[in-house]
Amino acid sequence: MGITVPQINFSIIAPELIISAFALVVLLLGVFFPRTGKNDYLGYVSLVGIVVAFLYTFPIMGKSQYAFNNMIVADGFGVFFKVIFLIIAFLTVLISIGYARRVDIDFGEYYALIMFATLGMMLMAAGTSLITIFLGLETMSIAIYVLAGLMRGDRKSIESALKYFLLGAFATGFLLYGMALIYGSTGTIILEEIAAYIKSKPELLRSPMIIMGIALLTIGFGFKVATVPFHMWTPDVYEGAPTSITAFMATGVKAAGFAGFIRVFFSALGAFQPDWIAIMWLLAVATMTVGNVVAIAQTNIKRMLAYSSIAHAGYILVAFVAGNELGTASILFYLLVYAFMNIGAFTVVILLGKRGEENVLISDYAGIGFKYPLLGASMTIFMLSMAGIPPLGGFMGKFYIFSAAVKAEYYWLAVIGVLNSAISVYYYLRVTVFMYFREPEREITGLTFSPASVVAVIISVWGVLYMGIFPSDILALAQRSITGLL
Amino acid sequence: MLDYVWLVPLFPAVGFIINGLIGKRIDRRLVGWIGCSAIGLSFFFSILLFFELIQLPPASRHHEFEIFEWVVSGDFRTVIGYQVDPLSILMALVVSGVSFFIHIYSIGYMHGDPGYPRYFTYLNLFVFMMLNLVLANNFLLMFVGWEGVGLCSYLLIGFWFERDSASNAGKKAFVVNRVGDFGFLLGIFLIFTNLGTLDFTEVFHKAPSLDVTLATTIAILLFIGAAGKSAQLPLYVWLPDAMEGPTPVSSLIHAATMVTAGVYMIARCNVLYSMAPIALTIVAVIGVATAIYAASIGLTQNDIKRVLAYSTISQLGYMFLGVGVGAYGAGMFHLMTHAFFKGLLFLGAGSVMHAMSGELDMRKMGGLRRKIPITFWTFVPATLAIAGIPGFSGFFSKDEILWQAYSSSHGHFLLWAVGVIAAGMTSFYMFRLLFMTFFGQCRAPEEVKKHIHESPKVMTVPLGVLSVLSIIGGYVGIPHIFGGGFNKIGEFLAPVVGGHGEVAKGHAVFSFEKVAHAAEGGGATATAHGLQSASMEMILMAISVIVALIGILMAYVFYIKRPNLPGIVAEKGKTLYTVLINKYFVDEIYEFCFVDSLKSLGIALWKGFDDLVIDGAVNGVGHLTVGLSGVLRKIQTGFVQSYAFFMIIGGVIVVGYYMIRAIFY
Repeated sequence: MGITVPQINFSIIAPELIISAFALVVLLLGVFFPRTGKNDYLGYVSLVGIVVAFLYTFPIMGKSQYAFNNMIVADGFGVFFKVIFLIIAFLTVLISIGYARRVDIDFGEYYALIMFATLGMMLMAAGTSLITIFLGLETMSIAIYVLAGLMRGDRKSIESALKYFLLGAFATGFLLYGMALIYGSTGTIILEEIAAYIKSKPELLRSPMIIMGIALLTIGFGFKVATVPFHMWTPDVYEGAPTSITAFMATGVKAAGFAGFIRVFFSALGAFQPDWIAIMWLLAVATMTVGNVVAIAQTNIKRMLAYSSIAHAGYILVAFVAGNELGTASILFYLLVYAFMNIGAFTVVILLGKRGEENVLISDYAGIGFKYPLLGASMTIFMLSMAGIPPLGGFMGKFYIFSAAVKAEYYWLAVIGVLNSAISVYYYLRVTVFMYFREPEREITGLTFSPASVVAVIISVWGVLYMGIFPSDILALAQRSITGLL
Repeated sequence: MLDYVWLVPLFPAVGFIINGLIGKRIDRRLVGWIGCSAIGLSFFFSILLFFELIQLPPASRHHEFEIFEWVVSGDFRTVIGYQVDPLSILMALVVSGVSFFIHIYSIGYMHGDPGYPRYFTYLNLFVFMMLNLVLANNFLLMFVGWEGVGLCSYLLIGFWFERDSASNAGKKAFVVNRVGDFGFLLGIFLIFTNLGTLDFTEVFHKAPSLDVTLATTIAILLFIGAAGKSAQLPLYVWLPDAMEGPTPVSSLIHAATMVTAGVYMIARCNVLYSMAPIALTIVAVIGVATAIYAASIGLTQNDIKRVLAYSTISQLGYMFLGVGVGAYGAGMFHLMTHAFFKGLLFLGAGSVMHAMSGELDMRKMGGLRRKIPITFWTFVPATLAIAGIPGFSGFFSKDEILWQAYSSSHGHFLLWAVGVIAAGMTSFYMFRLLFMTFFGQCRAPEEVKKHIHESPKVMTVPLGVLSVLSIIGGYVGIPHIFGGGFNKIGEFLAPVVGGHGEVAKGHAVFSFEKVAHAAEGGGATATAHGLQSASMEMILMAISVIVALIGILMAYVFYIKRPNLPGIVAEKGKTLYTVLINKYFVDEIYEFCFVDSLKSLGIALWKGFDDLVIDGAVNGVGHLTVGLSGVLRKIQTGFVQSYAFFMIIGGVIVVGYYMIRAIFY
């Protein structure tokens, strides 16, 4: 028996390596050169790191190369997600500069943890073995647990971190157990080998052990992307966490969850599609409906956006059920546009707060549209995009998702999706109505807009408009990215 | 160079954005400059494109430029793209050119209006949309432009929205246009479902595969759209009311450009129409009926802008008569000359209003010829042009249409005869307008009289330019009987609308059968046929000129020679006069048939059905949703234990489902 020397190819994981290196640098800078109340420079260093990592995604674009004993791959799918994560991380750091100082969490750790979480996300998307994906997931999750509770003086922040940690650990149990059962049934952790093994042994298709594994994986991933009924942590955690981290969670963690979810279910477990399709259908419907219906009753905008993020996970599951090429491509498209509109919305939430007065009630938005016209217009764009109004990116995303469902002949699912989308218009427009048609009950004064956050709003508006008006390029890119996956 | 076609609509878009965003905060003069130079640049680039295009051999004068793919989903592919061909470039030239002069005129006319920046913003948006409409290379983008100009028309009719009549007129225009757009949209849907594409080139390439019934249906549906936008029977009712808008708007949108969109659309879809003779006949009959109907109303109106409005409807009828007999080039020719002289007539009327402190009633005018001479001397050629006096632009284009109405294979003697009678009415009411306004004694009240003054240069220069165009604009389409080979516009448009080389040689456009017949009979017969049709054309032309002169003469007798005559005639033919001055009571009939009955139906549905059933259902669902929301919210206790508990329940369901499936299937 010979020992195979692992094939090492660092260029494949160059973005991950760069992000890690910069995270460590920022961490050390924060320790050795702390400037209390003036730690914005750490944010700029992080931005540089993210941009450099982004540049290093170019050499691995358009390739399909395995490394580290087939544990990790640089393929279109992984790289597309890496780009999404890096954009999300970039925007998150942008909106943190200023905000982190305002809520007294601008330590080196803050920026370093964002980058470590990004590292975990990238590993999840690039991982081709159950272990890599699990490692990525945990790297990301642990960083996020800490980030959520970073506002140590704030009881809600601590509650948020603790709840997320407890339930997250619980869900990880399901996930890991599911992976173990699949490994036990197939004898391998490499996704493609799992698929090949199942193909060679058709009797496995009826094996309760592997199907149990799939069920547990459904729960585990379902928790990460916040599907109903594994969603209950979301509003509490999103509400309590620092707003910048909420934006990061709602977009990055969700995208990473879907990256792993899709990779495992389509690459390794595609043969079981008939088994998981009905349950996914049910999860999609429940997730959309509960998310949208409960969002209506919210008075706190962060909670409202939390439920909205649940609903959006439901839309993405619709495409997941469709399972065809357009469906999978539309997930990538949707996650990108969702990142822009959601981070944009959270940025507006951040900008409307000031030290000691976060103004997170929807009623606080009364009259904002006239007082801060550009901010109001941006928020309107984000809200309309999330509601799916053309010509904004959110509309195109939903259009692709529902047409994928129709094409795969899941008519009812598409109908329910569209109805849900109609319900959602109510609570998204309510924000707009408050901004433009209500008299403010109290004056919100003395807001200082951090230039970095303003840049983030501009980028987000641009993203939402670009993807709404010129959707074809991005969709074509997404379609290229998933070749070989299905 | 042709790839730069996107620059043409770009400038108005930029002007719209700049004036829309900061128009209120910058100097007024700058607003006007931005608005005008945007259109000027767009005009300039249209001219460049035109010269570029005519360098090419006629057969290859077609260039498409795709800007980007908008939506691609399965078989469905929409592109935002423009095309340059003789038809679209002609429209682009007319639209940007006439717009440019009207924009300049507006600087003077709107001077002092508090909505000045808003006005230029809308006007630039309008030109942007109109250019999209005419330059689009597919039905979808054309429809975007189509709706866009409709929106701008609504906004500009209701520009002085504080006046009830203006905002109501805006609404009326919008609602009536919806009826037409509905037909247009259905036509587009039918095209897409049957041909699988909306791209013009592909549609017209594949169209011959359609069966005739389908092609006829599509053509009629598209014509309903055209009838709405171009104010044809029975959807014309919005256009007279549209005169509530500022006069340059009436000139630009409701005379020169937007209302001609329907004619352009039919010319663009000529392949479809030529496949559907029934649809063509409908277009021709509606066209000529509208022409005489609106002209007869025009005989009695006393509001200067209303006369011009009915005249516009009537002239649009001529254009539809032209395209309806298959003479698409002739229709487009009249569209162009009409844009010049009717745009000018409205601007002239605006100048009169300017002088008369806003007075519109011609009974209170008179004798203005010496007080505002420039306006008068520019008004005259336009009046002569519309009356069809030889030498002026309108003569050439109207005569071309009338000749085709008689001689084309889709034509008929009656179409020609009605057209000629309408032409007589046209010259009567136009000269009536001219005489009542500019001749005789001034009947204005003293205080108005004191203020009468000529308009500033910024208004009179565009008048001058357009009056030159009204005179010379017709010489691009000289009938062959005055010497062959001078019908430049027919030749120019031939690659798009087909067969117009023939027109210049004296054969009817689509009378291929006739030509074939002639050929069979041998060369001699063909020559004889050609000679016969030439002399026929001469005779018909002479008749229409005589009729026009009679109209002028009658107007002279009625309003200059014996000013008491109109009263006597009105008294004698009281019934007819009442019907005409009340515009055949059509507004009242519509009010009764559609508005009132729909309203009472609406009220019945509202009280009976809506309040009880729909509201019940909606409120029920609303309450249910909110109630459900509340219940679900209560589940959200905030306790980690209960969250974990629900996760377990969910987990049991998921695992249970999988296991049951694994075991039992």
